[in-house]
Amino acid sequence: MSIHIDHISKSYGKVNALDDISIRVDQGELFGLIGPDGAGKTTLFRILTTLLLPDHGSASVAGYDIIADFKAIRKQVGYMPGRFSLYQDLTVEENLRFFATIFGTTIAENYDLIRDIYVQIEPFKNRRAGKLSGGMKQKLALSCALIHKPKVLFLDEPTTGVDPVSRKEFWEMLKRLQDKGITILVSTPYMDEAALCDRIALIQDGRILEIDTPKAIVEHYPKPIFDVGAHNTYLLIEKLNAYAHKHSVFPFGEYIHYTDQRDGFDPLELRAYLKNEGLQNIHIERTKATIEDTFMELAKQ
Amino acid sequence: MKRFIGFVQKEFYHIFRDRRSLFILFGMPVAQIMLFGFAITNEINNVDIAILDRSQDASTKEIISKISSSEYFSILQHIKEEAEIEEVFKKGKVKAVLYFEKEFSKKLIKQHTAKVQIVTDATDPNVANTISNYINSILSNYQEEQNRAITLDYQIVPQSRMVFNAELKSVYMFVPGVMTVILMLVSAMMTSISITREKELGTMEILLVSPLNPFQVIIGKVFPYIFLSIINAAAIVILSIFVFHVPVNGSLFLLGLESVLFIVTSLALGILISTISATQQTAMMISLMGLMLPVILLSGFIFPISSMPVPLQVISNIVPAKWFIIIVKGIMLKGVGISIVWKETLVLLGMTLLFIGLSVRKYKIRLE
Repeated sequence: MSIHIDHISKSYGKVNALDDISIRVDQGELFGLIGPDGAGKTTLFRILTTLLLPDHGSASVAGYDIIADFKAIRKQVGYMPGRFSLYQDLTVEENLRFFATIFGTTIAENYDLIRDIYVQIEPFKNRRAGKLSGGMKQKLALSCALIHKPKVLFLDEPTTGVDPVSRKEFWEMLKRLQDKGITILVSTPYMDEAALCDRIALIQDGRILEIDTPKAIVEHYPKPIFDVGAHNTYLLIEKLNAYAHKHSVFPFGEYIHYTDQRDGFDPLELRAYLKNEGLQNIHIERTKATIEDTFMELAKQ
Repeated sequence: MKRFIGFVQKEFYHIFRDRRSLFILFGMPVAQIMLFGFAITNEINNVDIAILDRSQDASTKEIISKISSSEYFSILQHIKEEAEIEEVFKKGKVKAVLYFEKEFSKKLIKQHTAKVQIVTDATDPNVANTISNYINSILSNYQEEQNRAITLDYQIVPQSRMVFNAELKSVYMFVPGVMTVILMLVSAMMTSISITREKELGTMEILLVSPLNPFQVIIGKVFPYIFLSIINAAAIVILSIFVFHVPVNGSLFLLGLESVLFIVTSLALGILISTISATQQTAMMISLMGLMLPVILLSGFIFPISSMPVPLQVISNIVPAKWFIIIVKGIMLKGVGISIVWKETLVLLGMTLLFIGLSVRKYKIRLE
């Protein structure tokens, strides 16, 4: 067991940031914390990286207790905070060298681990970190978090504010790091990234909605789900919401995801209703639930 | 040790890549010492005065020529009427008027007493006072010369001698003060800003989640400033010796040691400030308002502590700068050794330990 979170609660004044959270992450697992802003992801990261003390509950990282053995944990983990937190006035290479030095190692010693990532920013190694693009900043931050060969890697929203191409590359890098045996806990507000994790925890308002593999979470979706499209999406949403038997209506890409309250739902009936309401080019098709659908469904309850 | 060197190296990068901090570090000391040394002075030189001479005889002419030949005064104009006195003052250039009564010489010889009035523009009381004193002494000097032949039955001859600063140069007073202000500001403000900057930029979060312990972070932060402040102190002393000819009568080595002690006091204060402020802005405000003003106003740098109201005198005791100024004045001007300034040194040492103790207690090993 690499990360063991046991009934952790934390509140700021009256706000419950975390409410009785329990998660177990296995050695070498890529585990995702999925939830919107303000769900409590960052608070959980800070508790696990020994930056905050929980109000209740206990947790251990790499076998060390987060309170009693906080010094040991600080040697073992790599942490990449949500906000870019490197020295903007130091160059790429100076930042990396600094973090290597304070962890008592050198760039050369662990170069293998970061090579895939670092080669992409190495051409800019004499550039000040503050002048890098968003994607390059993330790569540098990841390199710095990895330079001491941590057993557990904590990445708090590493892809927020990063372009889609860099996001994809970033996740590929995480997969490769996982292959090297590093346990990774990553948080993201992007549901599409959730599918790339081994297991995920859906989290909202400080509570865990569900923990499972992305596949299982999708399969657990309780109702048949339909893609609905029409010539006028705005009107379509309005009419679907007005429909007496609707269970949920969420815009999803070019279509609307629709579920019905009834067990024996007939799409033709909906088509007739929509046509009657003046919609054209109506398209209704059964589709698979996504993690986002599940999240919305669970968050509703 | 390698970690420490790496950390200090990083700090030097920060300092040398930030123009603002470089300017505060090296521009301010030179600017201040030059300002205080040259521009701000209590001495008077070439003050414009006017003469209203109702007698125009041998005696008044001699007195006037004595005054105008001194380097302190230059006679701007002669006026004829008493009514004109206010007028010339209002114009602003003339700072004093010397008014000789009618038949000055005759009265002096026959009645043994003649009157001259010194009227000064007291919008600036210190200057007015000084002018009046200077003219008085020129007059009494003249009187002495005239009376040389005669011996009075009783005579008190005051002989004043100004020790340690015989020429009453104000730069002697400013150098210890400026040195104190600069060391305090540079050390306390720069460290508090540089520590809070890590908090503000979020890098403190990463430093905390690293094997560095808080003590290493603090020492690493402070070390470059000890080094730079020593350079600053040396620069100030060299400037004051060679540009302003301020003597160092005591041991230069002791002065150095005491300066290092005061630098450490200020750094400890800076660390303490950084533990209570979350942003660079706050740290800067606290340093400026909380340190600069007391250092300038309550340390005896400009205003003598003995003439302050009692409550302020009591408060001045907690200003570290007060003790350092006493030490520096003692060593530089009076040439005393540690046997005289040990008490002040102990006070500074105690304050330093207190500040360090407080900041270690307040320093957070976590984010809250």
